[in-house]
Amino acid sequence: MENDVLKIGNVAFTNRLFTGTGKFAANTLIPKMLAASGSQMITVALRRIDQAAQTENILEYIPKNVTLLPNTSGARTAEQAVRIARIAREAGCGDFIKIEVITDMKYLMPDNLETLKATEILAKEGFIVLPYVLPDLPLAKRLENAGAAAVMPLGAPIGTNRGLETKPLIELLIENCTIPVVVDAGIGRPSQAAEAMEMGADAVLVNTAIATARDPEAMGRAFNLAVKAGRTAYLAELAEQSGLARASSPLTGFLD
Amino acid sequence: MEIIINGQTEQSPPGTIAELVTRKGLAPGSLVVELNQTIIKQEQWQTTSLKAGDRLELLSFVGGG
Repeated sequence: MENDVLKIGNVAFTNRLFTGTGKFAANTLIPKMLAASGSQMITVALRRIDQAAQTENILEYIPKNVTLLPNTSGARTAEQAVRIARIAREAGCGDFIKIEVITDMKYLMPDNLETLKATEILAKEGFIVLPYVLPDLPLAKRLENAGAAAVMPLGAPIGTNRGLETKPLIELLIENCTIPVVVDAGIGRPSQAAEAMEMGADAVLVNTAIATARDPEAMGRAFNLAVKAGRTAYLAELAEQSGLARASSPLTGFLD
Repeated sequence: MEIIINGQTEQSPPGTIAELVTRKGLAPGSLVVELNQTIIKQEQWQTTSLKAGDRLELLSFVGGG
């Protein structure tokens, strides 16, 4: 496990739990959560400022050794996503970008076609592109060909905490993609993160389930353990399932 | 003169981005400035003058997933 490194772009991650900065009751919880979870990559969003309110600089709450993954949330088209990505990079957030293009405000389903277009453009510009998508194998292969650094299929709609509703489709991505598969969105419990890792996901991205827990620091720790457990189980290769019982104790030598 | 800040038309005296940031009392540390779809880095705020009709975006990073 010590050598179990996940390389995305030019960064080697030894922790496979990626986190988000949304929905925390206070920014001061973020560094505590990061320390407890061991997370080495965290998302941020870019928005117009509220001129009437003095807001804190969220970047000050993220330790320098944690990779920033700015997202393009708010983008409704590939063009807007590209613009946000360029701003984020110019603003000093590095080359990583999570492409999130959403037009459906009811289920917050990502627009896979616009996401592909944005990936094609940004990968050419040298970004380390992590597109957030509905799990669709042919699309994932197109993203791969377009230069995506990873693919991030949703388990369930954003913020729903419903777990791996798209599990069979994510499994196809895991089996067939050469780029890392990061399950993003919908993971509500550590057991669901463990499940994703057991089936061979390369990492998971968890925001709501940690940020809105009563104790985000402790929940970050719980997710860290779950991700490690799931990853270890995957590497150990799971034993087979069987329809019929298979005795664990010898079936001979019984007492009369 | 009129400039458009974050989609809203505002009356603004002539001056640089640095002057506008100071006048509005904005915290420069977290501020990202885009002028007519070009990022203006903080080092350039003092030398970048605003003109009528400019579209300015004042942005910052916030929590998000």
